Amino acid sequence: MLMSKQAKLREEVRELAEVFGHDRSALLPILHKIQQKYYHISEYAMQVVADFLEIHPVEVYGVVSFYSFLNLHPRGRFVIRLCKTISCDIQGGKRVARQLENDLGIKFGETTPDGKFSLEWANCIGMCDQGPGMLVNDQVFTHVTPEKVHDIVEGLRRTLNQHSMQSGEIFTTPQIHSANEVEL
Amino acid sequence: MTVGTDTSKWTYATVEAESGLKIASKLKPEEIISTVSESGLRGRGGAGFPTGYKWKFCAEQKGDQKYVVCNADEGEPGTFKDRVILTEFPNLVLEGMTIAGRAIGATGGVIYLRAEYLYLFHYLKEVIQKRRNLGLLGTDIMGIKGFDYDIDIRIGAGAYICGEETALIESMEGHRGEPRNRPPFPVHTGFMDNPTIVNNVETLAWVPCILSKGAPWFAEIGTDKSKGFKLFSVSGDVESPGVYELPMGISVEELLETVGGANAKAVQVGGASGRCVPASQFSERLIAFEDMATGGSIIVIGPGRDMLHMLRDFLEFFVEESCGQCTPCREGNVKLLEGVRLLEEGKCSMRYLNELCSLGETMQIASKCGLGQSSPNAFLSIVEFFKDEIMGRINHAASQEYAQ
Repeated sequence: MLMSKQAKLREEVRELAEVFGHDRSALLPILHKIQQKYYHISEYAMQVVADFLEIHPVEVYGVVSFYSFLNLHPRGRFVIRLCKTISCDIQGGKRVARQLENDLGIKFGETTPDGKFSLEWANCIGMCDQGPGMLVNDQVFTHVTPEKVHDIVEGLRRTLNQHSMQSGEIFTTPQIHSANEVEL
Repeated sequence: MTVGTDTSKWTYATVEAESGLKIASKLKPEEIISTVSESGLRGRGGAGFPTGYKWKFCAEQKGDQKYVVCNADEGEPGTFKDRVILTEFPNLVLEGMTIAGRAIGATGGVIYLRAEYLYLFHYLKEVIQKRRNLGLLGTDIMGIKGFDYDIDIRIGAGAYICGEETALIESMEGHRGEPRNRPPFPVHTGFMDNPTIVNNVETLAWVPCILSKGAPWFAEIGTDKSKGFKLFSVSGDVESPGVYELPMGISVEELLETVGGANAKAVQVGGASGRCVPASQFSERLIAFEDMATGGSIIVIGPGRDMLHMLRDFLEFFVEESCGQCTPCREGNVKLLEGVRLLEEGKCSMRYLNELCSLGETMQIASKCGLGQSSPNAFLSIVEFFKDEIMGRINHAASQEYAQ
């Protein structure tokens, strides 16, 4: 059946609200799921979520803009978050940062034009004893060195190209949607 | 006492599985609470509120629905003990939550897991399911009629402030993580306005140990006001970083000997919101609630490290993580960061630095929650002990100016 993008999203949010409830406390779990699929939470998505939870859309915007793991603008399929806190920093975090920028061709806060990678700073990710630490979506990398950056990035690229990622259950690495899905 | 993250030698590893819960199931709720009170256990997240009191206040509240929330939003820079506990001893934490539930009369528990630890989500879900299958969660736990308790997991979304208990509850309710006014405290008006206790992962994991080994065992360790063992997350310039189980009341010097930080120039106790201890005070400063309280973060700073660089890192952190609700914290941290940048450029007068220190003291008093109250700590202690290092800097650009 052909469905418009908006109708599809509305249907998905309706299903999520069935699972998590129509209560305000369901907001964060629903937003997590939307972000997992669409790599950001669009204005329309915020409106729809607000409708189903019976709150004002600006309340949803307030929440999305507050949390650093929720995004108003599209992010890459892999969000790379490098820890910037002092323990990782003194183990060579800044050099890893430089090499990430070199290998991805973007600065921190940016997304590659092909939509594959976003590069961000994270505050302490709790890997201080094995730094520098880095998160890629929900995967964690420790003892990252400038030399290892290339292998990690290439490994991620291969994962994308193979279309072999397991279909994601809740909160795992986002699944890859096939390109020929009908969207009007 | 153990060395490094050798969890097999922790007290946690020596306690027989479910022995605490078995004892708790035979005790009346008020007897569980009095055992916890007698042990002298205080909140292990850093604030150090007596756990027994918290439980007692909550148990006294009327209400059909009460909640036990496990605070796994471990965001303090330099802290990672909760990650290790949740990985190595998840059952102990869940057992502690179940005991807490019986003590206060709650039927529901929630683990608020920070988004950075998402990789633990499925693992913890599995452990919870296994406990359900074993009859350790769900209805009629251990065959006792009416002992119902179950645990759910909520995921955070990357906000340091959500480690503050009222902000955490706001976040669970689907709001921005902005701390509430207290009182009313969560024990009275918590999650969905129900009585709620929020305890740190480590606090909850100690509970089964205390019940199993007895309150006197725990109360014998440590100092007058700080009982028991504490897990320390040690990182920075040390030979063996990791999580250490050490008694409360240990001096900075003793701790450094254990972890191999002989040449340290300073130690940051308590993470970004903690205090910086210079080498001259290593032997006299104690890690305990009566001297320096900490959630367990120990960052060792070796010789050759730039104190201003660390301070800037901390203040950038607070500027980002301040929720922006109250002015002293929202504006104050920005001013302190600007001050650090001036110091780095060698352009800060002593008079202005004194003004910034006075601002820091105002923030400690006037901020609404612990974030703003503690964010100036690092600034004030580094300015106090390292004036010689941070004043009158000549940076690269400035030195070129002089050369002309």
